[in-house]
Amino acid sequence: MKKWNLVIDISKCHDCNNCFLSCKDEYFENDFPPYSVAQPRHGHRWMNIMRKERGQYPKVDVAYLPIPCMHCDDAPCVKSAKDGAVYKRKDGIVLIDPEKAKGKKDILSSCPYGAIWWNDEKTLPQKCTFCVHLLEDGWKQPRCVQACPTGALQVLFVEDAQMKKIRESEGLEVYKPEYKTKPRVYYKNLYRYTRCFVAGSVALQDTDECAQGASVTLKKGQRKVIAKAETNNYGDFKIDNLEENSGSYTLEIRYPEYKKQSLSFNLGKSLNLGTIFLSRA
Amino acid sequence: MEKVEKLTNGTTGGPVFVYVKDGKIIRITPMEFHESDAPSWVIEARGRKFSPPRKTTLSPYSFAWRSMIYSPKRLLYPLKRVDFDPGGNRNCTKRGESGYERISWDEAADIVTSEIKRIKREYGPAAILSTASSHHLWGHLGYRHSAYFRFMNLIGFTYADHNPDSWEGWHWGGMHQWGFSHRLGIPEQYDLLEDALKHTEMIVFWSSDPETTSGIYAAFESTIRRQWLKELGVKMVFIDPFYNHTAAMYSDKWFAPRPDTGNAMACAIAFVWITEDTYDKDYIEKRSVGFEKFRDYILGEEDGIPKTPEWAEQETTIPAREIRALAREWASKKTMLAAGGLGGWGGACRSATGTGWARLMISLAAMQGMGKPGSNIWGTTQGAPHNSSFLFPGYTEGGLSGDVDNSAAGFRFVYRMHDRPTRSSINAPMGQHVPRLRIPECILDGKYEWRGKGFCGQSIEAQFHKYKYPADGYPEIQMYYRYGGSFIGTMNETNRYVKAYRTERLPFVVNQSIWMEGETKFADIILPACTNFERWDMSEFAGCHGYIPDNTSQVNHRVITLQKKCIEPLGESKSDYEIFAFLSRKLGLYDLYTEGGMTELDWVRRYFDATDLPKYISWEEFFNKGYFVVPIPEDYRPTPALRWFAEGRKRDTPDWGPPPESQEEFGKGLQTTSGLIEFESSSLKKFDPGDEERPLIPKYNYSWEGHHTTRLYTKYPLQLISPHPRFSFHTMGDGKESWIKEIKDHRMLKEDGYYYWIIRINSKDAEARGIKDQDLVKVFNDRGIVICAAQVTERVPPGTVHSYESCADYDPMGKPGESMDRCGCINLLTPGRYISKNACGMAPNSCLVQIEKY
Repeated sequence: MKKWNLVIDISKCHDCNNCFLSCKDEYFENDFPPYSVAQPRHGHRWMNIMRKERGQYPKVDVAYLPIPCMHCDDAPCVKSAKDGAVYKRKDGIVLIDPEKAKGKKDILSSCPYGAIWWNDEKTLPQKCTFCVHLLEDGWKQPRCVQACPTGALQVLFVEDAQMKKIRESEGLEVYKPEYKTKPRVYYKNLYRYTRCFVAGSVALQDTDECAQGASVTLKKGQRKVIAKAETNNYGDFKIDNLEENSGSYTLEIRYPEYKKQSLSFNLGKSLNLGTIFLSRA
Repeated sequence: MEKVEKLTNGTTGGPVFVYVKDGKIIRITPMEFHESDAPSWVIEARGRKFSPPRKTTLSPYSFAWRSMIYSPKRLLYPLKRVDFDPGGNRNCTKRGESGYERISWDEAADIVTSEIKRIKREYGPAAILSTASSHHLWGHLGYRHSAYFRFMNLIGFTYADHNPDSWEGWHWGGMHQWGFSHRLGIPEQYDLLEDALKHTEMIVFWSSDPETTSGIYAAFESTIRRQWLKELGVKMVFIDPFYNHTAAMYSDKWFAPRPDTGNAMACAIAFVWITEDTYDKDYIEKRSVGFEKFRDYILGEEDGIPKTPEWAEQETTIPAREIRALAREWASKKTMLAAGGLGGWGGACRSATGTGWARLMISLAAMQGMGKPGSNIWGTTQGAPHNSSFLFPGYTEGGLSGDVDNSAAGFRFVYRMHDRPTRSSINAPMGQHVPRLRIPECILDGKYEWRGKGFCGQSIEAQFHKYKYPADGYPEIQMYYRYGGSFIGTMNETNRYVKAYRTERLPFVVNQSIWMEGETKFADIILPACTNFERWDMSEFAGCHGYIPDNTSQVNHRVITLQKKCIEPLGESKSDYEIFAFLSRKLGLYDLYTEGGMTELDWVRRYFDATDLPKYISWEEFFNKGYFVVPIPEDYRPTPALRWFAEGRKRDTPDWGPPPESQEEFGKGLQTTSGLIEFESSSLKKFDPGDEERPLIPKYNYSWEGHHTTRLYTKYPLQLISPHPRFSFHTMGDGKESWIKEIKDHRMLKEDGYYYWIIRINSKDAEARGIKDQDLVKVFNDRGIVICAAQVTERVPPGTVHSYESCADYDPMGKPGESMDRCGCINLLTPGRYISKNACGMAPNSCLVQIEKY
């Protein structure tokens, strides 16, 4: 049977917050029995947008990671909650029963993604419902997806087998797979948030011109070639999708008629190596 | 269960569907079109077909409307300051400190109208000062040019004219190089989307962040177009001291020149083109005048300083080799210069060097054949296929005021809408004026002189006209009828405004406002207005026109909306029209103001009939459906902006100007005396050829508040830029207990439960000051102190700090006007002075500050 999935493309998210705000709009002072009761005016982030800036001035980029409830197929909240206070529907959506979950604050700590929020006034754990009341009313997507102006958020209502194919062909990943909760929220270009880059500029010492077309080779340690790049007309290069805190690397730069340069460094977080000046051979 | 109604309304960030249940708004969404709505345009380019999604986009602040309608900050009853006694002690100096008491509408209206009568009797109507805030609510009939001007024109008033805040450098500078006075110095943008999709190879975004500023009012309509351009491999380069949100999305290269030095970079680019012979000499020869003088300046023949990339590196901190690389790439590719987010505008135009910047942008674009295929000034936000022949006016076109002097009503609409339009002899060139930026000086000092009244779009010369306050024979201000309350957040050096309220020189202050915030707290009488969701109105998505003719080419579908009264006004609040009508009764103006008792819905109907809508849809159908999508004609033929000029033809675009009187042969050439792009400006030459602050040719002048102002720079070594905000529209969206305050990049919640405004500081500057990410900091200079939360970042270079302008509230920690603010009124710090003595615009982006841990 078909089930709901949410796909978030990190490269298309620029933190406009329309998802966060449309979620507020849907749930503030609005009860949707039996699925949800109203969200408080402030404090909850059923769509929680995380920011990650990488690099150092001027080689910098920024990525945003919107985190809703992951609607996990192996949801720790479902397991931890007693009396069916949290339950999984056949269409994949995980819901907190606002009657049965009343007073059960411990449900919050069961979620490794921190996607459950405590409503103080109603003594109730609350979270993203995938706008199930709207889907049942004929909507094709939850509010956050409708509100997204960049196409970063997309819903797929497909069989699990088809989702698996899409996942493979599109290179989709789950966030923090080590939690092993089988999320139904998938990310594209997740490396922009979870991994790091090394970047820099290459310039020619004698002419003070940008070195366009210099070949840049990145080696793990001293030998193993990890990636190759070519500098653009500004002499810039950027090698992305590297693992943070992954040890020592060597970068080699070659440019015709100029001396080869090698730099060694330890890669912690994204790194701007600055301007590397080549001298004539 | 109660029935849910799906109604329509409009906002500054897009039209909306409003779901109403049991008298309460429960949901606000963007619009998804029906298959029966007019088809979307299709552009064929580079072997692909491009067509927009069948829906509207919506800005973040528009999604937050429900939290602002149902806000604990709403004013639900008329209020009187507790220690204000119109018949006795007024305690004017206590404004901003005293509390308020609830009074009845009758009482409030009695006080306000008897003061109006007394002041008119004793001083004359020009002793009443009034002005509105920009971009308050959406709706062409409720807009300030409409209901507000109609009332004010009838009672008589001195208007505090708005400076062209978004245009400044283009208005005071650009206009003298290429005219476009009817656009306040920014260019037409017709059909440049198709042109770019077909021909453009690179876009240089210079002080331009369309993902943040949306052009204007146009939500994220242009986002998909930038995505298409990116898919086509169009290279995108960004020049901005802040790694802005559009850059974060698309940039292939980012340059962050020191604030106020971008002009040096522009000069160096011109230097490379001239010395490497890579500019369009044929175009310069045929389509411009005075280039030789500009060339002499660039090459150093005028002042002995060649404007080399090495010279520019010293000013900007951008390596000379990178400036050369940019200049070469630009010359080798068909390039669009997105100078500002609208094509024109941009924070760089609101600075000490803003007039030179706008002119240098025009100069660079001209040197690369501006108007030829793929090469233009284009902000990427306007210029979608657009039915310009369909008349639905913008909010600037006067609505129910029909005011031909202070709105664009006279261009086309007043003749279709009105038998008896209103106007004011005081709010006219021969009357009395106060410049919005000088309200405090006019009140406190009682005199002021300046040039140019408000938006000077009538001609290139209008801005030279000298004004003084008080105008000869006119009275000094006795009363301030303030409509909205944003200026502490939006004007400059704004402790001035606070002080201007706290003086006996201003005997009476009324504020008509929706929320208790900002300046509202300085009024004697507060009149509670309701939002546009609580009254009838009508509008179009992004429809302003006026000084941005056909700006609806920003949106992917022209959507005209009936703004239905979704709910009853909350509490005792009233619509602006109802408030003015109520006051009119006590002034004997009711029949005149309401034209014999017309309701808001009556006006909407009359407005509908005056537009082209009835040619396409009946009133009944429109009333029930709530919106209309304007079709593109089947035989639509694009006329790209300035192509006619580049090719030496008569203008074929549907632009509204320039006026015939300004041209040698109507429709031929630009508005300048020569009809050409004037590197040496003839209008400036005729006016003040010795003005070194605004020289005849565009130049790089040092900022009057920057790294060359050594004494000040030593004390305040950080250059603050404060662009238009991302999550609010000026002050709309911020404050009001709205959801916006919870956005992590808008405000920061600290342990004390307070949401602080964010200032962005480079990691090196932060470290040198012992500041860590999320620390509270004191941002200060001689003008004031603001407590902010630090965001330690690499998105600004060392030496530059970034914080948005337009905090909605003002929260002094001591005596108002003289103490620290913790709400985020960054404009307490920005300079109050004009760009230059003859360019009477604001320059908030020339601002030195120091930051310390708080």
